[in-house]
Amino acid sequence: MRHLIDPMDFTREETDRLLSLAEEILARPEEFAHLCDGKILATLFYEPSTRTRLSFESAMMRLGGKVLGFSSGDSSSAKKGESVADTIRMISGYADIAAMRHPKEGGPYVAARYAQIPVINAGDGGHQHPTQTLTDLFTIRRRRGRISGVTIGLCGDLKFGRTVHSLIKSLVRYEDIRFVFISPEELRVPSYILKEVVIPSGHPWQEVRTMEEVLPQLDILYMTRVQRERFFNEEDYVRLKDSYILTQEKLNLGKPDLAVLHPLPRVNEIASEVDEDPRALYFEQARGGVFVRMALILTLLGLAPGVLDQE
Amino acid sequence: MLNIDSIENGIVIDHITAGRAMRIYELLELDKLDTCVAIIKNAKSEKYGRKDIIKIEGVMNIDLDVLGFMDDNATVCTIVNGKLQSKKKSPLPQKLVNVVSCKNPRCITSVEHVDQIFTLCDEQSHRYRCIYCEQEYKK
Repeated sequence: MRHLIDPMDFTREETDRLLSLAEEILARPEEFAHLCDGKILATLFYEPSTRTRLSFESAMMRLGGKVLGFSSGDSSSAKKGESVADTIRMISGYADIAAMRHPKEGGPYVAARYAQIPVINAGDGGHQHPTQTLTDLFTIRRRRGRISGVTIGLCGDLKFGRTVHSLIKSLVRYEDIRFVFISPEELRVPSYILKEVVIPSGHPWQEVRTMEEVLPQLDILYMTRVQRERFFNEEDYVRLKDSYILTQEKLNLGKPDLAVLHPLPRVNEIASEVDEDPRALYFEQARGGVFVRMALILTLLGLAPGVLDQE
Repeated sequence: MLNIDSIENGIVIDHITAGRAMRIYELLELDKLDTCVAIIKNAKSEKYGRKDIIKIEGVMNIDLDVLGFMDDNATVCTIVNGKLQSKKKSPLPQKLVNVVSCKNPRCITSVEHVDQIFTLCDEQSHRYRCIYCEQEYKK
């Protein structure tokens, strides 16, 4: 039995096959509409998340399956002090697969160690969010036909942004990737990511402080939120925040086939005027997440033979 | 000078950094042995000035994995029939189970009673990461 806790749990080949399956589902959803008839997905959300939970639920329903679960730690037995390990043992008898979001890092990993059903990490604190990473890769691949050969600018909070770290780890497995890290000094990519992931990969990379200086080179611009609470003082935040807001004027510097991605929710880091630009792919990205999660559910339930190396 | 008998068959953990013998005794669970165990603290050492030593009589198959993590200096001497058969340093263990605790307040181990497990991520710099939150262990 396999789980998805870390994006690296799947090899590059497994990831590619899963993304291909997601494309098949997107092209011919009717062929997959009943593959999960009689199956149940448990959505165990110890902290609220509208997008991810609904995306998982939509994915299971579109496969013909049913959904049960809770949407905050307050409405679960966790409030009574039940451990994750005990909860997942119990849920293993109620559902066929579980998606778990937990505010603590490693919560879903603990669940996977005790579960008798496949567990999907739907986000654990600031740590990992593998289905977001798969969705990011899916969006890049759909836009460009392949993932290799891309120059990607990652912009904003590169220090605490879990989606950024997971995406970097996944992308280094492809060929000819060029990384451009665009962030304020305070929110640079952590040195361990550079030392352990980026530099050993041999892929070229650079760090810059403004997006204008690199926008013309980029194939993908991956935006993240620069949050006020990440700064030591208000002055720094006010001084820096505008540098990391994408406006139409800045976007005009980009290539015609640039793709702008964002894990959402967006606050103000992408001006709403950009939404109408054909290069703004973030809503399409969110929509693609449903197909990726459909492919993942099928795969982990053993209903998509050939995606994983070891079923 | 305190005299402790030489052992006939067993293990001597020598050159332990002074002050660490008790912790090593605990982590190796030597309290569970019913054979003769001697802990010598602050013995004279030409090389280090002071050192700790643990002598374990009559037992050869002790899991000494954690020793490499606890003390770089410690050497493990195997004694057979009163003679030194081998003397080596313990390698760094690939995995630490309930040896150290994760200090990341955001880690699931801060609220859930599970084994504290760390894996070796860089042998050269002796760095370990929590398997749950991946935070590096800092001594």
